[in-house]
Amino acid sequence: MAEKSSYKTTAERRRTKDQSFVEKEQAVVEGIDISGQWNRMYEPREIQDYDTTYLDKLTDLPGGESMGWCYQCAQCVPACPVDTAGGDYAPRKIFRRLQNGNDFFNHRDLWLCTTCQNCLRVCPKEVDMIQIIPAARALAVLEGNVPDELQEMFQNVAEYGNPMGQSPRKRARWTRKADAAVRVLPKDPAPVEVLWFVGDYYAYHGRGVDAANAMTRVYNRLGVDFGILGADERSDGDSQRLAGEPGLFEELAEHNIAQFRKYQFDKIVVSGPHAYNAIKNEYPKLGGEFPVEHYTQFLSAQMPKLKPLLTRPFTRKVTFHDPCYLGRHNGEYDAPRALLQAVPGIEFTEMYRCKAQGYCCGGGGGGMWLDGYAALHQTERLSENRVKEAVEVGAEVLAVCCPYEVSRFEDAVKSTDNDGKLEVLDIIEILDRCME
Amino acid sequence: MDMTVLLKRVPDLVEDLEVDDSGKALDEDSVSLKLNEFDDHALEEALLLKEGGGGTVTVIALDGEDVDKMLYTALAKGADRALKVMGGDPDGGNQALAGIFVAALDGHGGDLILTGVQAADDRDGQLAPRVGALLGRPCIEVVTEVNPGDGKVTVHKELAGGVVAEYEVDLPAVLGIQAARQTPRYAPVSRVRQIQESATIDTVTSAATEGAGFTVVAMTPPETGEGAQMLDGVDELVKVLDAKGVI
Ligand code: SF4
Ligand code: SF4
Repeated sequence: MAEKSSYKTTAERRRTKDQSFVEKEQAVVEGIDISGQWNRMYEPREIQDYDTTYLDKLTDLPGGESMGWCYQCAQCVPACPVDTAGGDYAPRKIFRRLQNGNDFFNHRDLWLCTTCQNCLRVCPKEVDMIQIIPAARALAVLEGNVPDELQEMFQNVAEYGNPMGQSPRKRARWTRKADAAVRVLPKDPAPVEVLWFVGDYYAYHGRGVDAANAMTRVYNRLGVDFGILGADERSDGDSQRLAGEPGLFEELAEHNIAQFRKYQFDKIVVSGPHAYNAIKNEYPKLGGEFPVEHYTQFLSAQMPKLKPLLTRPFTRKVTFHDPCYLGRHNGEYDAPRALLQAVPGIEFTEMYRCKAQGYCCGGGGGGMWLDGYAALHQTERLSENRVKEAVEVGAEVLAVCCPYEVSRFEDAVKSTDNDGKLEVLDIIEILDRCME
Repeated sequence: MDMTVLLKRVPDLVEDLEVDDSGKALDEDSVSLKLNEFDDHALEEALLLKEGGGGTVTVIALDGEDVDKMLYTALAKGADRALKVMGGDPDGGNQALAGIFVAALDGHGGDLILTGVQAADDRDGQLAPRVGALLGRPCIEVVTEVNPGDGKVTVHKELAGGVVAEYEVDLPAVLGIQAARQTPRYAPVSRVRQIQESATIDTVTSAATEGAGFTVVAMTPPETGEGAQMLDGVDELVKVLDAKGVI
């Protein structure tokens, strides 16, 4: 017999060095003798070739545990909007990179997730990015590792209570241009039916102010008794929380809760899904329990009063984008659709990815302030992907009901060369146009 | 290296500032105050120096509304000690302010004193040089980078036309910072809140200082010029230039 070479394959080395195995001397299965080496099995072995420091660091965080449950089935990959937009993403890939020793806390993987929750919807192991991502980001922010664009937003919100860095005193300034009266509760604190939580974009952003004006007109025509917090309102804080600033969220929430407590009202009505999520699901954890409705819920519940007021036809082809934080996160798919169906003359059509499977606009979880960062790591913006879909289903109008989305989609309409083909409107603007 | 950063608050320009009835000062109701952004850069540069080569950072400011929060934020960013001067007049001008700071620091202030090169409400940009003069220490202004050496620092000073000069400065010294090497860091709110619970702000009473300073005679908003004329295309531009006799 030839002398055995000193060279060994990796498999041989493992077998002789690291591996022990078991074999039964006598074994017969279904009449076949598989004694000895024929039933040899390796003992379970731990793969130790990779550095799991960062995987451990993540799964040790409260909220980060479920990252370790991933069994690589890959169902989340086609569900992830960031992957669809060329981001090479989804929990499966993040977990695999973590297994390979990737420092998640100093990697793009930490910042691309929009917390849209579409992966959780399909994941058999309940790997929950909505818990994992904020926990990991909070640690990174404490360690001073935060993308510049996001840091600027945190700074603005911490200093001024809004992400635009506008004066908090100017928060109610939009009401000057409103063509109907808006009651500002700090000046006129009598009990009110609806405390309208206006939100940053309706208060400060040009297109948001259009929607705020439309809302004011609709409320007045419906005879809604409403008031706003004016300069005493602050950001709802939810996106800041998800982007990794839980302390800032708490400060904002405590402030808003203290303002809510000053007044008597039946319910809070919010303009946006993020405020809705915050007040409905997060403020109670800080002791602030208030009845809250998204404006589409509030208005659709008044259909008998609303419908007769919608007299002017809106004869356009309209599709609707489900906001992740109204739909998937809070299960509301019907209220916005009910409002759109009530519009006279409307030709409503769904996009392919709708309701529970709705595609994310890219603005959630801090994505609103990470567009530049995301652009470096994706082939397109999520909003661009979505706008193309709206055009593909033949829509002339993309209806939305999240204040983040109007500017995101309007930009995407331009950048995808669809200017003039698709108009982006808040549902409240459509309702307003249908009222004489 | 032990460092002191002089912090000052200035009117925030996000507000629509108005002149009050006296015609000599801003209407207090229109003003909100924030940390002078150049001072924020001075703090950042000091923190970078501390992280790079060790030492301590003390921050000092005059008392006033929300000053505690500003000082706690500086501590949350990594400063070691905060000192608040009670009773000093924040509007007394830089000569008086320099005297107040120097007295509050017992004529010391460590190896390096840093402050913003100017402030939005400055009328002279003289805080750093006056502190330097009172202490008899060298002072460099418009600094964009500081590198520590043995008993000295090397600093970059921005000159006109994008030219940068490099100076070696013996310690102790005073620097007027134009910009830190990196964007001033963010202090996570949870950390600021935690510091608020655990840290203390030392206080010292302001010494009476005299300074010639300035007297404001009148204050007016800048005059608004005529509205810009939007031109529709090159032809119109040619017409306008022609009418003005330019072509
Ligand atoms: S769906 Fe869940 S288990 Fe499957 S690969 Fe994705 S994260 Fe892992
Ligand atoms: S939450 Fe959305 S963006 Fe984040 S990983 Fe899951 S599917 Fe992708």
